Amino acid sequence: MADKSKDILLEPLLKKNPIAGLVLGICSALAVTTNLQTTLTMCVAVIFVTACSNASVSFIRNFIPTNIRIIVQMTIIASLVIIVDQFLKAYAYDKSKELSVFVGLIITNCIVMGRAEGFAMSNRVWPSFLDGVGNGLGYSAVLLFVGFFRELFGNGSLFGYTLLTKTTDGGWYTANGLMLLPPSAFFLIGLFIWAVRSWDSSQVEES
Amino acid sequence: MPPDSQATHSDHPEGLLQAIQKKRNTIAVTVVVAAVLCVVCSFFVSLAAVSLKEQQELNKELDRKANILRAAGLLRDGKNVSKLFDAYIKTKYVDLDTGEYVTFAEGTEYDQRAAAVDPNQSVVVPANPDYPALQRREKVSAVYFVYPDPDSDEFEAVVLPVYTKGLWSTMYGFLALEKDLRTVRGLGFYEHGETPGLGGEVDNPKWKQQWSGKLAYDKDGEIALQVLKGSVNPDSPNAVYQVDGLSGATITSRGVTNLLNYWLSDDGFGKFLEHLHLEGHKMAGTANGG
Amino acid sequence: MEYVNLFIKSAFIENLALSFFLGMCTFLAVSKDVKTAWGLGWAVIIIQGITIPVNNLILNYLLKPGALAWTGSEELSHTDLMFLGLISYIGVIAAMVQILEMALDRFVPALYNALGIFLPLITVNCAILGGSLFMVERNYDFPQSVVFGFGSGFGWAVAILALAGIREKMKYSDVPAGLRGLGITFITVGLMAMAFMAFSGIQL
Repeated sequence: MADKSKDILLEPLLKKNPIAGLVLGICSALAVTTNLQTTLTMCVAVIFVTACSNASVSFIRNFIPTNIRIIVQMTIIASLVIIVDQFLKAYAYDKSKELSVFVGLIITNCIVMGRAEGFAMSNRVWPSFLDGVGNGLGYSAVLLFVGFFRELFGNGSLFGYTLLTKTTDGGWYTANGLMLLPPSAFFLIGLFIWAVRSWDSSQVEES
Repeated sequence: MPPDSQATHSDHPEGLLQAIQKKRNTIAVTVVVAAVLCVVCSFFVSLAAVSLKEQQELNKELDRKANILRAAGLLRDGKNVSKLFDAYIKTKYVDLDTGEYVTFAEGTEYDQRAAAVDPNQSVVVPANPDYPALQRREKVSAVYFVYPDPDSDEFEAVVLPVYTKGLWSTMYGFLALEKDLRTVRGLGFYEHGETPGLGGEVDNPKWKQQWSGKLAYDKDGEIALQVLKGSVNPDSPNAVYQVDGLSGATITSRGVTNLLNYWLSDDGFGKFLEHLHLEGHKMAGTANGG
Repeated sequence: MEYVNLFIKSAFIENLALSFFLGMCTFLAVSKDVKTAWGLGWAVIIIQGITIPVNNLILNYLLKPGALAWTGSEELSHTDLMFLGLISYIGVIAAMVQILEMALDRFVPALYNALGIFLPLITVNCAILGGSLFMVERNYDFPQSVVFGFGSGFGWAVAILALAGIREKMKYSDVPAGLRGLGITFITVGLMAMAFMAFSGIQL
């Protein structure tokens, strides 16, 4: 059982990554990855919401009437997101300003909903909670990967610390503006998938 | 099995709960479950919204003051924002249609944001492709005078509260003009919901730095300052009227240009600025704090 | 004419999928063949066309400060319920999706089976919620929100059909093993998005 818990927690990192493997939660991955600090706040918020919503949905899974199950899940998720939003506004005001609407869009982050529907509805509370944390982490891994390259090459810095001095500031590095535009995130995720699948060829799709 | 208190709790056989589980697809149970869920969720949401409201308002107020100071170039690290604000800034209120000052009775608080949507305290913003797509704006606006020396009655700069439409949101900010009322001292937004990294770059200190020293009006008195698409050519004679565009954020950049077009025109602060200009830069005796 | 402009703007210039990257999960997952994409496209147009106007009514008659004035109560007309915005919009969306799901199951079971888990996932299609949030932000009135709803839904449907078309043709290409399927799709969408950026220069 201990091994199983570990699997539930760690599998979503590479083997069953929610973004690379199941195509969930991409919208926000594109928007919040231009600098790592925002990315990190977003990751923490998503891990919290996924874990808590999974646990709550699993807790009441036997009482949810099948016909209204989507609304029930959405209500739980939306409440959690509003609470996160309110907390950020009260205690991390600068961060909440940076994330703006994208905190709200966690509601429609398919990872949260997808795991509630796909895992929490048929599993006990503790595994569901772990599954939520694991998927949140898997999501974070991709986001941080994308954010790392976008901030480094688009802005010459990491976590706001300048590593490559840009020509606009008198340095040598000409910033790659494309990296800050949304299409670059697609290319990076595409390459990430390629890398993961070269490492674990069992994920390769049939042509 | 490891101890799993929550799960065992929910799976524990209890007469009533089991009965509910069996009948969970009947209409009665559906309605009850929905109702209970609504009550529980709304309790938590309201609890969070109400209990954190005070702290949030405090943050907003501090942020607003800090931004007025920042637009005026007075914000320094490690200084108490409220103290700086009280020491250097004096607030006055202006009727934008006439450009005259108005005073409020002692003790009344003027909520400018609420006034902007109240039909009695606001006017319609003319539809003009060069103006922000705002519906209404307040009749009376606060203006903030910067007095470097509290004993002198000569102000150094004036900070105007302005707002415009970006891509996702209404962007609220401050525009600071030097005492010649033509040179920009700074422009900054304190509240917006633009895409982080794209339109959100209006907060980038490097971008904001460019505004200082730009000219808002050309020599004929027409509004000339604009945000370009792309970068400013420093050799161009017009460079003093231009600011770099935000890459990947056309709509946000256009919103900022529209902001200048509107708030500096006679539909915005134009009449007030003209009034202030005629009055000279002295406002002896009228500088009451706010 | 204003409405035609708004329609074109919401469908092409401000395409939800390719300019704002909303609704990407379903966009990538259900674009394997044109037939399913066609069905999903219709579902999105319908849901978008209904939920945005309904959310517009909710905003104007329930949530906005002063929106409750129709109740005649002095107390209520000063209530500001905007913090309930998100939960109300998503509630409407979830309800509409569930109704559509039941309707499809009853009348078009083939499409219902083809859409599978992605029908409930329309609820979490950010394009739908994003559409409602845009409507709030831009202060659309009721007729405008109807046009915007159908326009943005149409734009999303066009985008997914285009991607599905490309992916069907791509079956005949020799793609490196690790990149096959999802990987190459991401890169295709990136290229499509760059092409769509050309629309952003159009002024209406």
